[in-house]
Amino acid sequence: MTIGIVDYGMGNLLSVYSAFDYLGAQVKICTTPDDLNAVDKIVIPGVGAFKDCISRIDMNGFHEALDEHTRQKGKPTMGICLGMQVMAQKSFEGGEFHGLGWFDAEVIRLHPKNRDLHIPNIGWNEVLLNTSIPLFKGMPQKADLYLVHSFYMSCQSKTDIVAEYYYNHAVTAAVLKDNVFATQFHPEKSQDLGLRIIDNFITWNP
Amino acid sequence: MARKRLIPKLQLMTSSYRTDKMVLVITRQFHDVTEIGDAVSQSKIYQDQGADELIFINIDRENKNIRMLAEIIHKVSEEIFMPITVGGGVSDEEHFRILLANGADKISMNTAAVSDPSFISLASAKYGAQCVVISIDYKLNAQGQYRVCTRNGTEETNLHPVEWAIECEKRGAGELLLSSISHDGMRDGLDITLTKQIADAVGIPVITSGGCGLAQHFAEGYLYGHAHAVAAGTFFAHRDQNFMQTRSQIKNAGVDIRVYT
Repeated sequence: MTIGIVDYGMGNLLSVYSAFDYLGAQVKICTTPDDLNAVDKIVIPGVGAFKDCISRIDMNGFHEALDEHTRQKGKPTMGICLGMQVMAQKSFEGGEFHGLGWFDAEVIRLHPKNRDLHIPNIGWNEVLLNTSIPLFKGMPQKADLYLVHSFYMSCQSKTDIVAEYYYNHAVTAAVLKDNVFATQFHPEKSQDLGLRIIDNFITWNP
Repeated sequence: MARKRLIPKLQLMTSSYRTDKMVLVITRQFHDVTEIGDAVSQSKIYQDQGADELIFINIDRENKNIRMLAEIIHKVSEEIFMPITVGGGVSDEEHFRILLANGADKISMNTAAVSDPSFISLASAKYGAQCVVISIDYKLNAQGQYRVCTRNGTEETNLHPVEWAIECEKRGAGELLLSSISHDGMRDGLDITLTKQIADAVGIPVITSGGCGLAQHFAEGYLYGHAHAVAAGTFFAHRDQNFMQTRSQIKNAGVDIRVYT
């Protein structure tokens, strides 16, 4: 079983790669859409701005390829941070941009009323998890996980949400729909608890 | 709100025994260097003890080789799964790129930012504010004034740390790392006064360091210094000091800190 990490030419893949590698998974960095043919599961990482991310995914031909492998072939897919946000219908970060449209959701800015709460929110936050899903097997219901973000996925369909945290308002921390799972937090930076989620993804059979 | 953070600061220097190798050191007042071991194995200990992040700073005054630093970070990031800040000799965009590609999450800089503050804005626009940490080394000079120092504490500038901190935030810094040169390695407590002045003056997270010798010193940094994070080098380098223990003591003092399970 091979896990493909989508490299659309942005951000640092090393940490994500290292986490899967550390857990004994066979990992392949996918720099072209054709590389996705050889993998069984897909990871979409991402750090940076939404606009750059989606325009690179569109330009490199990853948009169609991801639709094919994730949506049509049903390969288990995991998005991390911006890799989660890009799965929404659209984002309002720096304008209005379309996403992959896998989740009925929009990406909007965090909007805490409390002025002590800064944007971006950076650090360990207590996240509430729906531990009945296989991806959170062995996890506590409240887990401290590492986040770095200014925008988040606001879901139309609340049943897609499997983790939330509170930043003066509820913030989507993870979503799950069929074979697609995505987290706003960085499991590859969240020590043991993060690695457990990655390990659950490695063994996941949706 | 994000939890308060507890961060080991790992200072690196070229080994006096092997010039091709960088080792972990501790210092007192930015002098009196003691070599204490290997950065990668020490990082693993910190990870097992549940540190919230790690900071690596090359404090060698001669060797500012970014590639050498990047190699260490690369090795660390293969086994360490928490946020990593790296600095020491970072002076251009290429340094940012190299360190980020090798596993750094945030880049810290001091001297380069003071010499050319516009570089802060440039780095922030390109890599995002969350990635740009400005390291502020400061001391009380003979006239009793706080001054920012550059080049590993060897050069005193005319900048007051509070004014400089505000300037850094305006220019797009995402976080500040304060180090008191006078308290460094002395284990006599943090500079709470200056930490509080800066933390209250800016809207970005402030990491304070220099002087932690007791768990109580950390608690003071959060509670009275209003710091978002406290970093320490010497304190954790001594093996009898353990994160889990320190963390519980800090938590018991009323600080919202992650309890490692």
